[in-house]
Amino acid sequence: MNSIVKGGATLAIIAALCTALVALTYTATADRIEANEQAWLERSLQPALSGLFFDSNVTESMITIPPPHNLPGTEAAIVYRVFAEGAPVAALFVVSARDGYAGPIRVLVGVDVSGLVTGVHVLEHRETPGLGDRVEPAKSDWVQQFDGRSLTDPAPAGWAIKRDGGQFDQLTGASVTPRAIVKAIRETLLYFEAHREEIFSSRQEAAE
Amino acid sequence: MSAPSFADRFRNGLWYENPGLVQLLGLCPLLAVTSTFVNGLGLGFATLVVLMASNALVSATRRWIQPQIRIPIYVLIIASLVTCIELIFKAFFPALDRSLGIFIPLIVTNCAIVARAEVFASKNSVASSILDGFVMGTGFAMLLMAIGLFRELIGHGSIVSRMDMLFGGDPMRGLVLTDGGWLLAILPPGAFFSLALAIAVKNAIDDRRKSAMPRRTRR
Repeated sequence: MNSIVKGGATLAIIAALCTALVALTYTATADRIEANEQAWLERSLQPALSGLFFDSNVTESMITIPPPHNLPGTEAAIVYRVFAEGAPVAALFVVSARDGYAGPIRVLVGVDVSGLVTGVHVLEHRETPGLGDRVEPAKSDWVQQFDGRSLTDPAPAGWAIKRDGGQFDQLTGASVTPRAIVKAIRETLLYFEAHREEIFSSRQEAAE
Repeated sequence: MSAPSFADRFRNGLWYENPGLVQLLGLCPLLAVTSTFVNGLGLGFATLVVLMASNALVSATRRWIQPQIRIPIYVLIIASLVTCIELIFKAFFPALDRSLGIFIPLIVTNCAIVARAEVFASKNSVASSILDGFVMGTGFAMLLMAIGLFRELIGHGSIVSRMDMLFGGDPMRGLVLTDGGWLLAILPPGAFFSLALAIAVKNAIDDRRKSAMPRRTRR
């Protein structure tokens, strides 16, 4: 009995000390981590912002669209709105393509107010290294073929990879990943067309 | 059993008792993250720091810990240290943290760490335990770096690319020999082949030494 009490007390003391250690480290690093996250976010939105004229703070104009929605992915989609002098310029969607080779592919799709793609950037994925991962901007310029495209350019039948009779290049040896991304971009454009007004007029939510 | 000399302990950690090559501990991170040199270096360094700190804490508390509850206490200590390391990586090496992903928190499950706590730190002085953590961690980190270097060279055709993940700045491509390489090396099977090759090379060297000096045994 005595040994149980003693053992329990030792465990409790060590647990308290360990918790203190973690809490201390957390306090010391929290600000830096937040700044890093913010910098990473701004850097990753950049590819969809180049060439746009705007004067608003993009990361502060975030809204989330809770499921169910018609955007790719089953979780809440994130949208950053871009304004110039109060007028809408573009919307940047962060969506998840669900039908990749291995897990969801997080894709940033920028759409300007007239419905043209301003830029596509693959943020996160677990596709096969050396095959599907060539959708990464650092590894090939595959994502650039979407710049300036819209729902009517190409026509709906062309919104597929060439292997499926569409207009977009696939990657040699990997068609699942490009197919998933093309589909996600098209679904995002369709959503934007249907909900343009509410996206730009909805009030900003407090960032989580 | 006389205490092994300083040099002997280094020789053991780096070669004769290398946690990865000989004890085959911590294979999960070893196989998973070694697709590039910088990943191997990052995880190797994180493991080294955790190993030294956990050995130090386990050794410092060894007199108050009843044998029945030692394992939960090791787990507590190691898990807290790994959480701290993860926060520090997120704060100072965010790109590397993103690249290593889940494998930083998974250092907790690296059995090399709990093995050193149990086998060494729970029975030896703090200074000696820190040294043990250092040599064992260095042995593990060097294996991670060697395999990372090898797989990156074969699989990507580059050497030490993306060092910016450690030092910041623009993406650095390292020394690029060819564009693209033999894909198999960076896929999971390549990790097993590379480790097998490393173990085979080590055994071949040991055998050659043994046949050169047949009378001398190593302990």
